[in-house]
Amino acid sequence: MIRWLQDNMPKIVLAPSFIAVMVFVYGFIAWTAWVSLTRSRLMPRYEFDSLIQYERLADSPRFETAMVNLAIFGTLFIVIAMALGLLLAILLDQKIRTEGAIRTIYLYPMALSMIVTGTAWKWILNPELGIEATVKGWGFANFEFNWLVDPDMAIYTVVLAAVWQSSGFVMALFLAGLRSVDEEIIKAAQVDGIPTWRVYSAIIIPSMAPIFLSAFIVLAHLAIKAFDLVIALTGGGPGYATDLPATYMYAMAFSRGDIGQAASSAMVMMLVVFTIVVPYLYSELRTKND
Amino acid sequence: MTDRPYAQTRTQSPTTKLVLRFILYILLGVFALFYLMPLFVMITTSLKSLDEIRTGDLISLPREITFDAWRTAWSGACTGIQCEGVRPYFLNSLLIAIPAVLISTIIGALNGYVVAQWKFKGANIFFALLLFGCFIPFQVVLLPMAIVLGKLGISGTITGLIFVHVIYGIGFTTLFFRNYYVSIPSELTKAAMIDGAGFFRIFWSIFLPLSLPIIVVSVIWQFTQIWNDFLFGVSFSQAGTQPVTVALNNIVNSTTGVKEYNVDMAAAIIAALPTLLVYVVAGKYFIRGLTAGSVKG
Repeated sequence: MIRWLQDNMPKIVLAPSFIAVMVFVYGFIAWTAWVSLTRSRLMPRYEFDSLIQYERLADSPRFETAMVNLAIFGTLFIVIAMALGLLLAILLDQKIRTEGAIRTIYLYPMALSMIVTGTAWKWILNPELGIEATVKGWGFANFEFNWLVDPDMAIYTVVLAAVWQSSGFVMALFLAGLRSVDEEIIKAAQVDGIPTWRVYSAIIIPSMAPIFLSAFIVLAHLAIKAFDLVIALTGGGPGYATDLPATYMYAMAFSRGDIGQAASSAMVMMLVVFTIVVPYLYSELRTKND
Repeated sequence: MTDRPYAQTRTQSPTTKLVLRFILYILLGVFALFYLMPLFVMITTSLKSLDEIRTGDLISLPREITFDAWRTAWSGACTGIQCEGVRPYFLNSLLIAIPAVLISTIIGALNGYVVAQWKFKGANIFFALLLFGCFIPFQVVLLPMAIVLGKLGISGTITGLIFVHVIYGIGFTTLFFRNYYVSIPSELTKAAMIDGAGFFRIFWSIFLPLSLPIIVVSVIWQFTQIWNDFLFGVSFSQAGTQPVTVALNNIVNSTTGVKEYNVDMAAAIIAALPTLLVYVVAGKYFIRGLTAGSVKG
């Protein structure tokens, strides 16, 4: 018995986590998938029905707005955060004496809760008392900056706040990447008289392809999960102009009492994550096992 | 190459170099202002009186510093019908975060030790399943979790939130420890086994003493995640058990009475202080945690 225990101890230690993952991750996904195929409303029902919930999603203008917003927000957020992160990393890579301090300043927003970030930016972008009032106070009486309450522009305030929060992290990733490029190659290129910008564009940046991929995955993941930020910054408004699938799901689950819609929109989110993350994880795990 | 050894070596004139350096520092400074501005605005706003906020502008320093807003934010601001400030919720966050961080780190250390050092058939599949679990949007587990917490009799409790954070935290903690332990040669384990040491003895006497850096990474990561969590907090708490992020959001969106922006900002800073402190004290480990999830191997 003791011998058996000793031999199987690794499995025994892993067992609770294994069960937890199977139940609370995969079991729950299966539950949500199943319920998304029923006519559940206030209470979950388990009789399989049809794709009715997905048809309702397709017909819902609110969910359409949420998906369009996810596309706008996701694209802009990822592109801007990556570009800014790369720029900052390259600037910081020029043997800056105060690098440590500057890096700390660029990265601290990542330590904040998105609720804090949203609260701060909501105040800064407040049309009556924020930037607009400040610039007006400087004498520009006609200055207008009311994106936060403009249904067409509000989603861009979410992009702004999200970029502010996450670009420092991308910088940290890229900076680590820049530092890992072989110094000798760079020196050789410089001796050959290749201008610095060419060294970056032709040698250093191409060699960082895996880091671009990592940054993309992390940012895409943040974008799909962005929920807190919208809640704190715009509350999904004005109207539902800044709804994302995540806030739509939450509204359906906890305030509208429409479990079928909540489950099906969650599955759509799952699908989006799946198509991005699975190829990445697959290639990561494969190269590791080789 | 050989016939033009130095011909093309670019030599910039000292003036050009100086100008470029100058532009570089200006750019770095402008970006630093961009990142610091919200924090600056939060702090100054929290120290102003409401009158001054209405008449002054966003970026001016307070004419008269007052800590009234901080007092109200800590113990008087209204989160809906209750007006006790963020203090009780700050305590809730501590009561949730501390046990959840410790438990998930311990489980992660043991799991990582097994996956990295005691390879058996299926261990890699387990790791892959676990890793994928790190990436799911939590919306997909909210509804069944609400039901299960109800069945376990812990819905709306601190215990329930600890439970949820442990469950969805072990993916990352296992990842941290696995990636750390995988670089320790397995000969060490084998030699210890020949000497008669068992599973736990090897972990306790060989692996744990080596683990301080990764324990710090894991603790900081988990603490930041759990402290900053909003989705689980707002979904699985009830009046009285809400974490500080939920309380902050309620204060800011509270519709009763006059809108007190200075109180909102003070409350936001209070909610941010613990993780900011961790970042300032242990920034190096914070960054390692951030990058460990994305740049692996």
